[in-house]
Amino acid sequence: MSQFGEILIGILILAGALISALSAFGLIRLPDVYLRSHAATKSATLGVLLILLGVFLYFAFYLDHVSAKLLLGILFVFVTAPVAGHLNGRAAYRTGVPLWKKSVQDDWAQQSLEQEKGE
Amino acid sequence: MALQLLLNLIIAFVWMFLFNDWSFQRLLVGYLLGVLLIGLLHRFWPHEFYMKRLWAIVKLLLLFVKELLISSFAVMVQIVKPRLSIRPGIFALKTELKSDWEITILSCLICLTPGTLTLDVSKDGQILYIHAMDIEDADELSKQIKETFEKAILEVTRP
Repeated sequence: MSQFGEILIGILILAGALISALSAFGLIRLPDVYLRSHAATKSATLGVLLILLGVFLYFAFYLDHVSAKLLLGILFVFVTAPVAGHLNGRAAYRTGVPLWKKSVQDDWAQQSLEQEKGE
Repeated sequence: MALQLLLNLIIAFVWMFLFNDWSFQRLLVGYLLGVLLIGLLHRFWPHEFYMKRLWAIVKLLLLFVKELLISSFAVMVQIVKPRLSIRPGIFALKTELKSDWEITILSCLICLTPGTLTLDVSKDGQILYIHAMDIEDADELSKQIKETFEKAILEVTRP
């Protein structure tokens, strides 16, 4: 049991670190703001969550200390990360940051054009 | 829902009073007893039995974790691939959800599943504008969102 637990916790933390690293790569590689924010907000969130979960399990099983703060941290990251991503994307779009040139469709721009015509 | 929960807690406390025993185990037993009683007497309540809704919330959370893992993996693959073969775009999603709460939860869920990002909610709250990392087929993507997330949220708010 103890060995199995160690392996599980190791995998959790390693996976979290890997995912964070990959999302950092994504930040460099992807071409425009929106795609970067895909990589930044979400994969990073998942990575942080996995690391926190691993730490929580480690404390709970090996040091006999149930840390409610870690659970709260997981909860807060979970709740605030999507809102941050949404606000970033929205602010970028509203200040006129263009989409990547290979983007396929843009329903929002069409919609606003139609509205302007209507008014 | 809140009323039933409160009644259930009161039953649990009465159970503790009856035994004059203030341990967590006794509270748990009393609570389970309360769940049983309220479940049996639920036809006297105007609302649904609240455990049903709780179960729907749990299901929503599980669904969410599943989607998060799956689509996260998809994005990782896209990042690692040597050639970028993505076709990003913004599509409009018409939603049937009405209240602010439901729409907020839906857009948060969409934001957190990699591959999609909510950019804006129209003023009347009918249309969500979503930036997708890979629009293979916008209709298919929106159908998928509708079938999974919207249904699960509806199950929670309007059983």
